[in-house]
Amino acid sequence: MRFLFDTDTWQEIYSSIRKNKMRTVITIVGVMWGIFLLVVLLGAAKGVENNFNRLFGDFATNSVFVWAQQTSKPFKGFQEGKSLVLKMNDLEKIRTEIDGLAFVVPRHQGQAQVVNDFKYGNFGIFGDYPELDKVQKKNLVYGRWINDNDIKERKKVCIIEEEIYKQLFDKGEYPIERYIKINGINYQVVGMYKQGQVGSGGPQGNIHIPFTTFQQVYNRVGTVGWFMITGKPEYDILQIEADVKLLLRNLHKVHPEDERAFGSFNLGEAFGKFMGFLLGMQFLTWFVGIATLIAGVFAIGNILLITVKERTKEIGIRRALGAKPWEIKRQIILESVFLTSIAGALGIIFGGLVLMIIDATAGSGENPTLTNPTVDIPVVLIAAVTLVVLGTLIGLIPAQTAVSIRPIEALREE
Amino acid sequence: MIEIKNLHKSYPMGKESLHVLKGLDLFIKEGEFVSIMGSSGSGKSTLLNIVGLLDIHDEGEYYLNEELIQNLNEKKAAVLRNKFLGFVFQSFNLITYKTALENVAMPLYYKGVNRKERQQTALEYLEKVGLKEWANHLPSELSGGQKQRVAIARALVTKPKVILADEPTGALDSTTSHSVMEMLKEINAEGMTVFVITHEEDIAEQTDRIVRLKDGVIISDEKVNKTVNA
Repeated sequence: MRFLFDTDTWQEIYSSIRKNKMRTVITIVGVMWGIFLLVVLLGAAKGVENNFNRLFGDFATNSVFVWAQQTSKPFKGFQEGKSLVLKMNDLEKIRTEIDGLAFVVPRHQGQAQVVNDFKYGNFGIFGDYPELDKVQKKNLVYGRWINDNDIKERKKVCIIEEEIYKQLFDKGEYPIERYIKINGINYQVVGMYKQGQVGSGGPQGNIHIPFTTFQQVYNRVGTVGWFMITGKPEYDILQIEADVKLLLRNLHKVHPEDERAFGSFNLGEAFGKFMGFLLGMQFLTWFVGIATLIAGVFAIGNILLITVKERTKEIGIRRALGAKPWEIKRQIILESVFLTSIAGALGIIFGGLVLMIIDATAGSGENPTLTNPTVDIPVVLIAAVTLVVLGTLIGLIPAQTAVSIRPIEALREE
Repeated sequence: MIEIKNLHKSYPMGKESLHVLKGLDLFIKEGEFVSIMGSSGSGKSTLLNIVGLLDIHDEGEYYLNEELIQNLNEKKAAVLRNKFLGFVFQSFNLITYKTALENVAMPLYYKGVNRKERQQTALEYLEKVGLKEWANHLPSELSGGQKQRVAIARALVTKPKVILADEPTGALDSTTSHSVMEMLKEINAEGMTVFVITHEEDIAEQTDRIVRLKDGVIISDEKVNKTVNA
């Protein structure tokens, strides 16, 4: 290993590289391109994943939404087509009977015309519990979220989304403690939040009022519009969905196999599918990146092979002067490794720069398409090590060619 | 120094094989100045390649410095070449992108001499061939005679036992040829064995002993009449 730290070894490499500027540049560009693509693709894939996580970040993803529909099978004397309504009692039953639940949040939802002085609009309105904040984090800009007191006293307070604020208030107005009219009833604004990219499934820009207030105002006492059920991470959300629906069918005297009586949307499943897609994308990225890398390394081998042919005579001279075959071999291998390493380093640097540019353009603003496009250091290290190993292996081919030519034949060549 | 007994060498030429050396016997003592004469195809280059350990003989015995050469692998051959032999080629065979000094220092590099000593020794030998001023010039900046002198310095730098010169004046005009031969004579005068291959009569006449080769056999081996030089 001593030769690695020998200035003469590097002197030799330097002069041979300087002599073959063109091939050095081409070689470096080839491998650089490979690792550059790998870094950029991985970074971009990571950016998409990060973005996805950011959008769903305020959402407990292990969730299922359940609502009541109409029966599709006759059962216990009831005909099919019976309309079903979820009850507050169902909430207690679900909480006690089903295993592995983190939260069960009942909600109501409707449409409302909202007026503030001369400005008005039609918005979705939700009756909510304080717990909703735990399932779907509300990013409050001003004021507060619904609290227990609001629920208990059925207060006429509301929390509005930023979009609604923009439509109902003048720019720069402070909305908190102002009153707005929702379907003819005055509510005090106590909070304003900014919604993430993916909403609760309802229309964009919502108004939230206490659940109990909603029940009273819209004559829904004792009922629930739909449940947002979140499972603990270690429980299978599909199983929870099936269990809850079976329990509900039981409680509402519906045929146990009536699949249409209760509707549901499994966010966990949808999320899982998307994660699978992301995983596939990452796999593709790796595949393309590594394949490009290998192509680049083969280019190095090819170019080195050509140069060895060009340098046959020089190698012959060196051997006539007493160079051992191994000394010739290691020189060529070291050249290969040196070139791939330099190219790899440059590729990583340029890849990083491009990721920075991507981050500065596509990764900023209101609705970025990518968030923090980065590549993990271990990934980069693995790529770099792979490159060096491949460089060594591919260097073996021209090195073997170089020493397999007998010095006499090499010298005879003019 | 060099002892050859019943040396045979043939090259495969398609299905046939070309018998180049047909049983040579040659003994060269230490300090001799020998030339091998012969027209092209006489087998003189093949003989030099075998003596120079660049090629392997098929049959017979070859002793270099009392050591029987057999079952030689490339590594061992490289060590022996470095230790005992110095080459001077017709086309100089300098490495084009290295300076005169670096070219001369190269055999020392493969010998494992450290950098400082290498530079120093190489410079000494360049001085000896009168090219100290040209140490940092590339071969392309030197004349043919200068190139050959650099090559001679390179052949001498490891203090070998034998200098093998393959048509050393083949690419030079008569004046420079003369100065190169004078240099080889000087080297020989210092006690080194010099082995020259040539097809030029006047070059061969400057050596002490002429071995004539024809169609792979030695046809004559005689001492040169020294009255001219005495």
